Amino acid sequence: MKPRFVMAIDQGTTSTRSILFDHGGQLVAVAQLEHHQYFPKPGWLEHDAEEIWRNVDKVVNRVLGDVGATATDIAAVGIANQRETIVIWERKTGKPVRRAIVWQDTRTDAMVEEMLRAPGAEQIPQLSGLPLSSYFSAPKLRWMLDETPGLRERAQRGEVLFGTMESWLIWNLTGGPDGGAHVTDVTNASRTMLMNIRTLEWDSHLLDFFGIPEAILPEIRGSLETYGTGRGPLQGVPIAAALGDQQAALFGQTCFSAGEAKCTYGTGSFLLLNTGTELVASTHGLLTTVAYQIAGEPAHYALEGSIAITGSLVQWFRDGLGLIGSAAEIETLARTVDDNGGCYIVPAFYGLFAPHWRPEARGVIAGLTSYITKGHLARAVLESTGWQTREVLDAMNADSSLRLKALKVDGGMTSDNLLMQFVADVLDVPVVRPMVAETVSLGAGYAAGLAVGYWSDLEGLRRNWHLAAEWLPEMDEERRESEFRNWTYAVQLTLDWTSKVGNATTRVKSR
Amino acid sequence: MPGSIQSIERAAAILRLLAAAPGPLRLTEISSSVQLSRGTAHGILRTLNDVGFVDQDRVTGKYLLGAGLAALGGGLVDPNELRARSMNWADPLAARTGEAVRVVVPEGGDARVVHYVFRPDHSAQKADVGAVLPGHATALGKVLLAFHPVAVQDVLTFYTARTLITRSALTAELTRIRRQGWAVERGEHQMDMAGIAAPLTGLGGLVVGAIGIHGAVDRLLDPAGVPRPRLLALVQECARAVGRELTTLRTQV
Repeated sequence: MKPRFVMAIDQGTTSTRSILFDHGGQLVAVAQLEHHQYFPKPGWLEHDAEEIWRNVDKVVNRVLGDVGATATDIAAVGIANQRETIVIWERKTGKPVRRAIVWQDTRTDAMVEEMLRAPGAEQIPQLSGLPLSSYFSAPKLRWMLDETPGLRERAQRGEVLFGTMESWLIWNLTGGPDGGAHVTDVTNASRTMLMNIRTLEWDSHLLDFFGIPEAILPEIRGSLETYGTGRGPLQGVPIAAALGDQQAALFGQTCFSAGEAKCTYGTGSFLLLNTGTELVASTHGLLTTVAYQIAGEPAHYALEGSIAITGSLVQWFRDGLGLIGSAAEIETLARTVDDNGGCYIVPAFYGLFAPHWRPEARGVIAGLTSYITKGHLARAVLESTGWQTREVLDAMNADSSLRLKALKVDGGMTSDNLLMQFVADVLDVPVVRPMVAETVSLGAGYAAGLAVGYWSDLEGLRRNWHLAAEWLPEMDEERRESEFRNWTYAVQLTLDWTSKVGNATTRVKSR
Repeated sequence: MPGSIQSIERAAAILRLLAAAPGPLRLTEISSSVQLSRGTAHGILRTLNDVGFVDQDRVTGKYLLGAGLAALGGGLVDPNELRARSMNWADPLAARTGEAVRVVVPEGGDARVVHYVFRPDHSAQKADVGAVLPGHATALGKVLLAFHPVAVQDVLTFYTARTLITRSALTAELTRIRRQGWAVERGEHQMDMAGIAAPLTGLGGLVVGAIGIHGAVDRLLDPAGVPRPRLLALVQECARAVGRELTTLRTQV
């Protein structure tokens, strides 16, 4: 009997889901469980990796039960996961040595500040494709090795294993202490800051710089290849793909070729542009990352620009200012006026990220006059997401010769028609939304299905991509550019704020 | 006063109290003012909060009149809220039926399109979000007319030979729709187009909008003009799913 489904395991920051897709790429069943968020100190965020593995086991069983399927119905399993989060566990017992350090955790900020001044720091972006920042795995791994008694010695003896979340799951899915495969996929490895972005191997300079013993590291493998076969409810099913969540969304949006891009609009937003097999080193504040690699073929690269504050600005408008009752109502309020009335909001709540990287900036509401109503403010809130997208895309255009033909979008904010129209207007390209909203899971499912021949080729997957909605640019060029100039002036006003007045949060605390 | 419902009287009293108060009130201030136990008052306030007639300050926990009261007389539901709530269900409806999907809200006796999902067949299409569909000549419009007592216009616009243009024919059709819980359009707006639609029901059973598919007559209907059972079931299932969504949590970003 031919397998009916592919299974995606989407291990996210707050929850773990298992989803079955059919041959048409349609979602058949989904099971989901949230896990605990541990905040042991301000700025720290940890997960219990064992709890996450138990949740994987539960959601897999549940989703199979929902449709009465068994292992023989599943062609392959693909994993999409929260990126940069790290786990270290014992090879013999499978027990994590301590809780996982999550990507958002800022405990290594001070350590990274020092590292920036250390010899060799200047080579890191060129080797890894990433700016030296506490966001990525290497500083977290260094911290764990330093702060856990005896761990470095155990690492050198090969008693403990390191992995990002997909490594931990693949090792457990393929048998754990009983012969589990200790591997990582190349997209996740590209976020550790330990992999050479050109050779796609662990880099000795980077390992030396961060003081990481190579014995602890998993083997780097393609994103689409069979790492091993499942046990228990997934007995014999190939574990055939793994991708970091944003790369999975790029794959799920079928952005397989150079020049195709997607943006996921959530509380923050992530814009990824496939640059093909050509590596583009950014000189404009973007990250170079691996998009996907089919085993035995050259890797596809991507430029990535993340925007810290998009949907969370709408949340602030709702919860902080109380001007709307629900996120969707911002569109209603914005439509009470025809334009922004000359008002611009730059949400540099924690500094400006890509492409500016100015941590000392703080947000502004610029152009405030007595004419401005809450409707204008609502417009300015939505427009800030459009302009921030434009800034990231302009940086991508400056770094690469690729020109975007259309932007594929997903995420909760795509229900906002006014915003999506504005994004199309300011980027001057069509914005298109696919019918399957679950692009992260779909990407993992597609990758796994493709790896085992459930789907024959990328073109077949493209045919599964259906347009649900489309927004075409309508704004005239002159208006677009004058508005963008105004936005840019507003951005200038945010710079240097904390270096002039001190850190705003300290001022609040000292009161 | 035969049939008077005590909890509604109490709710009205609490609303009058809040309206007359100089500022937000504590639960104990409210319960002692209207001479109810704290538990009873709290239950009423929570329900009034759910329907949007009362707000609770997040910091102080005090109660005040809600935005939903001011909005009475405006629309039944925020159209953008309705889109955000329906989106995750409208997509699968389009994918499974292979037809384009619309979500509408009432506007006078007509239906305004607030959400549109393209038919999944790779063809070039245009979404008509913002357009107004005639109430008496479309499946979506007829659902809204059936569940909202607006005066049917004296002159019903003629679109095709199939348009219901007499008040008696339309009244009979609306009665049928109320009874069966769905509506069908058989070339009444455009000769070769059909539609199947069902009501979107919010809190308290109020129909706030409608969702439906539209497409070629021969795809949606059998030769006798009856909706294909599979398509009808998918539309109804989707409408129920959106209805559940409308009666639960508020939208998140």
